Amino acid sequence: MTVLISTILTLSLLGILAAVILYFVAQKFKVEEDPRIDEVEKMLPGANCGGCGFAGCRAMAEAMVLRDDISALYCPVGGAECMKSMASYLGKVAPEKEPTVATVRCGGTCAKRPRNNTYNGAKSCAVASTVYVGETACAYGCLGYGDCVDACAFDAIHINPETGIAEVDADKCTACGACVKACPKGIIELRKKWPKNRAVYVSCVSKDKGAVTMKACKAGCIGCGKCAKVCAFGAITVENGLAYIDPQKCKLCRKCVNECPTGAIVLKNMDPLPKEPKAPAAKPAVAATKPATPTAKAVEAKPAAEKKESVNEQK
Amino acid sequence: MKTFPIGGVHPSDNKQWSNTKPIEVLELPDVVNIPLGQHIGAPATAKVAKGDKVLTGQLIAEATGFMSANIHSPISGTVTAVDMQVNGQGLRQMMITIKREGDEWMPEIDRTPEIKRECELDSAAIIAKIKDAGIVGMGGATFPTHVKLSVPNGCKAEYLIINGVECEPYLTSDHRTMLERGEELLVGVEILKKALGVEKAVIGVENNKPDAIAHLNGLIKKGKYAVAVEPLKVQYPQGGEKQLIAAITGREVPPPPGLPIHVGAVVCNASTTVAVYDAVQKNKPLIERVVTITGKELKQPRNLLTRMGTPISTLVEMAGGLPEGDVKVVNGGPMMGRPMINIDSPVTKGCSGVTVYSGKEAHRVEVESCIKCAKCVSACPMGLEPYLIIRLTQKQMWEQLEAEYITNCIECGCCQYSCPAGLSLLDYVRLGKSTVMGIIRARAAANAAK
Amino acid sequence: MANKFFVAASPHIHSPQSTQSLMRDVLIALVPAFSLSLLIYGLDVLRVTAIAVVSCVLVEYLIQRFLFKGANTVKNLSAVLTGVLLAFNLPSDIPWWIIVIGAVVAIGVAKMTFGGLGRNPFNPALVGRVFLLIAYPVQMTSFPKPITPEFVDAFAGATPLAALKTQAVELGDVNFLNMLSGVMPGSLGEISAISLLVGGIYMIWRKVITWHIPVAVLGSMAVFAFIVALTQGGGALLYELPAFHLLAGGAMLGAIFMATDYVTSPMTAKGMLIYGVGIGVITMIIRQWGAYPEGMSFAILLMNSVTPLINKYVKPKRFGLMTTK
Repeated sequence: MTVLISTILTLSLLGILAAVILYFVAQKFKVEEDPRIDEVEKMLPGANCGGCGFAGCRAMAEAMVLRDDISALYCPVGGAECMKSMASYLGKVAPEKEPTVATVRCGGTCAKRPRNNTYNGAKSCAVASTVYVGETACAYGCLGYGDCVDACAFDAIHINPETGIAEVDADKCTACGACVKACPKGIIELRKKWPKNRAVYVSCVSKDKGAVTMKACKAGCIGCGKCAKVCAFGAITVENGLAYIDPQKCKLCRKCVNECPTGAIVLKNMDPLPKEPKAPAAKPAVAATKPATPTAKAVEAKPAAEKKESVNEQK
Repeated sequence: MKTFPIGGVHPSDNKQWSNTKPIEVLELPDVVNIPLGQHIGAPATAKVAKGDKVLTGQLIAEATGFMSANIHSPISGTVTAVDMQVNGQGLRQMMITIKREGDEWMPEIDRTPEIKRECELDSAAIIAKIKDAGIVGMGGATFPTHVKLSVPNGCKAEYLIINGVECEPYLTSDHRTMLERGEELLVGVEILKKALGVEKAVIGVENNKPDAIAHLNGLIKKGKYAVAVEPLKVQYPQGGEKQLIAAITGREVPPPPGLPIHVGAVVCNASTTVAVYDAVQKNKPLIERVVTITGKELKQPRNLLTRMGTPISTLVEMAGGLPEGDVKVVNGGPMMGRPMINIDSPVTKGCSGVTVYSGKEAHRVEVESCIKCAKCVSACPMGLEPYLIIRLTQKQMWEQLEAEYITNCIECGCCQYSCPAGLSLLDYVRLGKSTVMGIIRARAAANAAK
Repeated sequence: MANKFFVAASPHIHSPQSTQSLMRDVLIALVPAFSLSLLIYGLDVLRVTAIAVVSCVLVEYLIQRFLFKGANTVKNLSAVLTGVLLAFNLPSDIPWWIIVIGAVVAIGVAKMTFGGLGRNPFNPALVGRVFLLIAYPVQMTSFPKPITPEFVDAFAGATPLAALKTQAVELGDVNFLNMLSGVMPGSLGEISAISLLVGGIYMIWRKVITWHIPVAVLGSMAVFAFIVALTQGGGALLYELPAFHLLAGGAMLGAIFMATDYVTSPMTAKGMLIYGVGIGVITMIIRQWGAYPEGMSFAILLMNSVTPLINKYVKPKRFGLMTTK
């Protein structure tokens, strides 16, 4: 009996002692924190992808709560809705940003870009790009070892085994920008996200001279400038032998797509404009009307109309 | 027998393929491509334009600032282009292309074979002459020699160490140079000693070259040169600058930004020392060098005295052509050389050898998971932990990498060589190192801006 | 061009050592001890080893194939080695199903749950053994007598360590020659110190292991035993006790083959010494004052758990840092 009592007593005493110690320790190390940070963190997607520029969602939440002006903060994963709900909770003004999507700007598939050597080193684009040009003669194109795939926290980018090039699943992509940072060749760009994942972009970043590019890859931009000439919106610039379509100015009119001699301008989820016979007639007309309407509103109205047309054509 | 304190590996050196082959003079190339950046530092600035006539040894590109080097025409002829060309790695690089017409040398260059021992010049004049001749470290690092010889304020050179180690397996160009141009080497040592104002000079030679050690000792005795030959234990990377200093003086160069001069040592490659002799005593700029072309599958491995800018394919032809099937051609030795995909690229100042491997030899072993055998740790001559470094690199933990002294890595390849799991250790270590170096430079620039 | 170029960054050559060759060398190093064991305990040794190896390999293959759906890792021989080492930790008359359970625990629980080779924190063979020791104490601690005719039963059917612990035998009566040649009851691998030492020297010569861990373990055990002998009055005990502890039980097997397991031992020379001394001291504490007669496997497992900590804090000697001080 005495054994039982002494055991119970010692254990109870130990328990009480530990509780007291715990209490003081908890007091000593207590951290005062704004409870709103927890709430905001719950609203964030919790992917900890770093797309906002912070180390994780917690850091972003802290910044959201602590800063008065949150216009510089943006969660690309949660998007506008998430930002709005957080801003309304905090009584601040949410920044407006249009949705974007990661776009791989290389069309040098296995078929179009001949391989002239075999890379046998570490399967990493960052490593391979410091060693040499890559398995093809193009010094700018996708290497296909998948650094972007490893960087993606959303399973939205994969190397297509047939083409050897990274492809983005636009529905899964949250535009966090991790792949953009991971790509040592700077091929991936965050471009404006159109409805139904439509897109028109130059799928090449080669700054080589036209002849050199052509030798290395059949799908490269050779900087001929034909696309820039037909563009009615001044969206296409050609620099260092490379065309670039400004996603802010492009209205998806698709005229450039038909002009490109190498097929470097890619059209996604849209039908191309009808070929040659119709185009010459339509082009001057549009080109003529466009410069005549300098106000922004007018310019915006037109492509809307065009878009409707194109939808009709599809039907 | 002396060696460096930690790490190292001992691969079979396979020097027997070419170490008995005397240096042969390669016939002059018809067209040369001279890259403007073939040394550490800023690329040189072209001084010629398309259509210009140049003589052998004429200055065609001038050093851009202090940390750079002059470049001279290796042949006489007409400049046909100054343009971007594809280099050995398939990347674009600015090069001067010259088409050969005869072989007419600049008149001030002394081409007689007589040894000229006396040197009346003072230290500054010697360094100026070396700078004019565009001499860079010919062991592969291509560090401009005049920069090395210009001892910064607050430091004092005590030792001149001549690197005749040639620890890189397969290569024999320094070995043959020491054997065939030993006298010039020793005069070069005297000149370098004068330039630095040092008393102690040591030639470090690995013990797998007993003929070179005996030959140099004989010459020293005969000519009463004040220099010692130190035989060293065969251990890679004995020829690494820091390892060699530690082996000979027992002093360890601190991690970057520590330099050899901080422990009072200046290291100069054996071939470079001969080039110094040529420049100072014979007015001959650095326009040719000995290149070893070797490999298990090559019919005729050779040591060739080659003009800069000669296409590497010419050397390969001289050695009997590439073996059938898949090949790996490497600019340099098997431990540190750079792989090439374009063998029409030119021989440069840092090209001490070209090694050729068949596809079977070249193929890396299958990668398995790390078994933590610690072989990389014990092989690392810099006391790093490669297994940890590659994990941190893959996780992009740059601060931790800096704390792990990644900048101390000399990229010798011992870790990857010894890894039984066949991991691409050095690939990732190099990636981590260059990233961390970039971060350190950016930080320094930001601090300087403040 | 007819030739196709291969490209990979330097180094372009590789040492002939591979995971497979290292494991093969360890297996070769175990051959002397195995042969002697066969001689002393009879054909049962073959049975136990075969069952252990086959079940270890099978468990690894099945998990790799059907759970991980990964490449076949059997050919790197690590499962074979685990099987042999597990067998070396078992008595020769153990029922077959206990061996299979041991193999499942060793490979399935101790190795594959952590992701396979290279990721396990504890030595798989030892986890298997300790599991069996606690689950089946009777079968695991009754050892058959050696079959060699000249064997004189000084230990009354117990291992030398157990006999000493229960004071069934005086240290003065121990036949050290028998212990050296391995003629004593025990597990398969608790055998002739000489045959195990030969294996160890082979591994050091082949650069499979370094001397640090075995020397640290055995050295610290000897020193510990020497100090114990000092406190017990000295005399002949001063050399008898250290010699007894080094020769008895799993000291040699543990120090040379189990503690040196790559995956679970530290990465630096200094770390290996700390780890080895830790094993030696803990083994001796268990042997001297613990409930079990033998503490080698517990000591190794305990130090396995300290290995990550050692790796974190014990760094190699960095080049170039000594002169800056």
